[in-house]
Amino acid sequence: MKNWYGRIACCLLISVSPAVPAAEEAELDALRQELDRLRRDYDKKIEQLENRLEPQQQDTKTPPAQPHAVPTPGRGQVTDKAFNPAISLILNGSYTDFELDPEGYFIPGFALGEETGPGEEGLSLAESELVVSANVDDKFYGAFTLALTPDNEAEIEEAYFQTLTLPWGFTLKAGRFYSGIAYLNEQHTHRWDFADTALAYRALLANQYGDDGAQLRWLAPTDLFVEFGLEALRGDSYPAAGAGDSGVGANSAFVHIGGDVGVSHSWRVGVSRLYAEAEDRESSESGPALPAAGDFTGDSEVTVVDFVWKWAPNGNPYRTNLTFQAEYLWREEDGVYSNVPAPYDAEQSGWYAQAVYQFMPRWRLGLRYDELDADDPGPAFSGTGLNPGDHTPTRSSAMLDFSNSEFSRFRLQYNRDESRPETDDQWFLQYIMSLGAHGAHQF
Amino acid sequence: MRGLFIITLLLLAAALPVRAELRVFACEPEWGALVQELGGDKVSVYTATTALQDPHRVQARPSLIARLRRAGLLVCTGAQLEIGWLPALLRRAANAAVQPGNAGYFAAADYVTMQEVPQHIDRSAGDVHPDGNPHIHTDPRNIARVAKALAERMVRLDPDHKAFYEARGVDFRARWDAAIERWERQAQRLRGVPVVTQHRSWVYLIEWLGLSEVTTLEAKPGIPPSSAHLAQVAARLEQSPAKMVIRAAYQDARPSRWLSGRAPLAEVVLPYTVGGTPEAKDLFGLFDDTVRRLQAAAR
Repeated sequence: MKNWYGRIACCLLISVSPAVPAAEEAELDALRQELDRLRRDYDKKIEQLENRLEPQQQDTKTPPAQPHAVPTPGRGQVTDKAFNPAISLILNGSYTDFELDPEGYFIPGFALGEETGPGEEGLSLAESELVVSANVDDKFYGAFTLALTPDNEAEIEEAYFQTLTLPWGFTLKAGRFYSGIAYLNEQHTHRWDFADTALAYRALLANQYGDDGAQLRWLAPTDLFVEFGLEALRGDSYPAAGAGDSGVGANSAFVHIGGDVGVSHSWRVGVSRLYAEAEDRESSESGPALPAAGDFTGDSEVTVVDFVWKWAPNGNPYRTNLTFQAEYLWREEDGVYSNVPAPYDAEQSGWYAQAVYQFMPRWRLGLRYDELDADDPGPAFSGTGLNPGDHTPTRSSAMLDFSNSEFSRFRLQYNRDESRPETDDQWFLQYIMSLGAHGAHQF
Repeated sequence: MRGLFIITLLLLAAALPVRAELRVFACEPEWGALVQELGGDKVSVYTATTALQDPHRVQARPSLIARLRRAGLLVCTGAQLEIGWLPALLRRAANAAVQPGNAGYFAAADYVTMQEVPQHIDRSAGDVHPDGNPHIHTDPRNIARVAKALAERMVRLDPDHKAFYEARGVDFRARWDAAIERWERQAQRLRGVPVVTQHRSWVYLIEWLGLSEVTTLEAKPGIPPSSAHLAQVAARLEQSPAKMVIRAAYQDARPSRWLSGRAPLAEVVLPYTVGGTPEAKDLFGLFDDTVRRLQAAAR
């Protein structure tokens, strides 16, 4: 309102000043008086308008009586701010209590990647995530996710652009991103239904496989959801390492198929395969008492079958809903470990199944079971962490979470973790807070 | 080599138009019904949600991505109603035609005057919509406004059937205006009737019929009503009693049922959109039934 008044005053001044020669003082005075009169008039009118608006503003709970009078903020005003990307920040922290020391965590039979394990004990901040995303222009979308670790390190989790308008159902994505293989792999930490990821992901993908590269997806023109994807990746993150093959050390292919059954059920199945070259892949494969097998150089091939089924009465998840998901990961590795004279050629696999049930608005209960299996790589590996012995790593988890709104969540989780030969009772109390832009989630 | 050949064949098959009709992906049933009214047999409409689903909370299901892939026109409410799922569909559907900014993207909220546009945007006020209250179709006059713009858009996308769409548009608007008059006549006695709503889904309906909203069961939009807040509402109703508590067919029955058991007021379930009640078969049935149910409760 004041702007408008100011603009009128300015216009008047501008239109008046150059037209008046210095001599014609009397005319100028007359104009000044006229201007003053106008100003007084407007002041009075604005005051009246403000008086009328005031009672509406005082009561914020009830809508204004004449809602049509409410202007849409931003409309008509062009500022740089209007083009700011969507920004959201995820705050994440926990209190944990473990029976066994999480330092020196190991799973017999597996060479774990770095930063894998149950996490910090006690009170700690988990990764905070800063997500910035927007349409770049009419043809591209870009997204950036920065993870800030509790040790004050910043890590680029994702930084990619993708096409929106390629013909024939193609989508190209390039940059750094979580690979489209499997189901859970693409999901950021804050979307997990449990405080920690599945054991199979921890053991075979070092929690999550993300790398630099390009991805091409093709969506079939059918009512059934059928999507094919191919990826070429740098090969610099576990299970790949060393960016082999001149920096294109990994590639993957996946197929996802999905649909609905009636209005209450929906499902998706997928088959994926990741081929990765590893050059001097470091790992913390041994328990504190075991000698390390050393760095791995060779080929790693991971095959994943995933299944997700979601139910909500009439397709309305507001009151109750159930999600069931299960994945089977199978990895073949062929190569050498630096401290072992014999070659390594063995298979390792793992699966999990979980169900999360929202039994009333805001409250969810989840159960999960994990199991791993590793080949015995032969006598040369006896005594190293790669010898599974006769132990089958398993874990059973239960969680209860409460979400005050879509943007805040508190979770209590218990794990009976038998991934090590000794049983560990693990408790997690976790919060996840999302600030800022709403963010649309994938299935 | 053979794989390449098969892929090429598949691509060719994908590129060929299967049928000449305009494929429409409607986010909500009201827009699906409107497209059907305007397009008749020249369109094939897929409606992404049902009247029993909360349009705020829909999963970006694979089936929706597949349906959006081949759509020539997307018709949604906009105003951030579908913010939790539509962007995910648009990014996955690999369909240039329906991306925002293109002719195939139609947001109904662009053609009506929004109410409850917040002056201050902060999530402490709940899941607020920065562009205003998105439940615009509960006022049939808004549907008339959208119908005009939508018919123009359909002509633009499918100029071969220009005359067809225009004729149907004129016919629909004439029937619709007559129906609005009838509903307004029928609902005259509803003016000033005090009501309680469950979610702020009815501001446009309330304004249209001149109802008077005493309070809302959701203390803040999108946050389920707590028992403490419901008790406050019940206490408030002792001072300023309401005739009825209104909720949409898709909304949780418990809060309004609890309240109607506690205070002397009728519980009214309105269809909210096409398909919400057996009577709300199309847009006309939707408002016939809405007005009838309100009248019955006000008696």
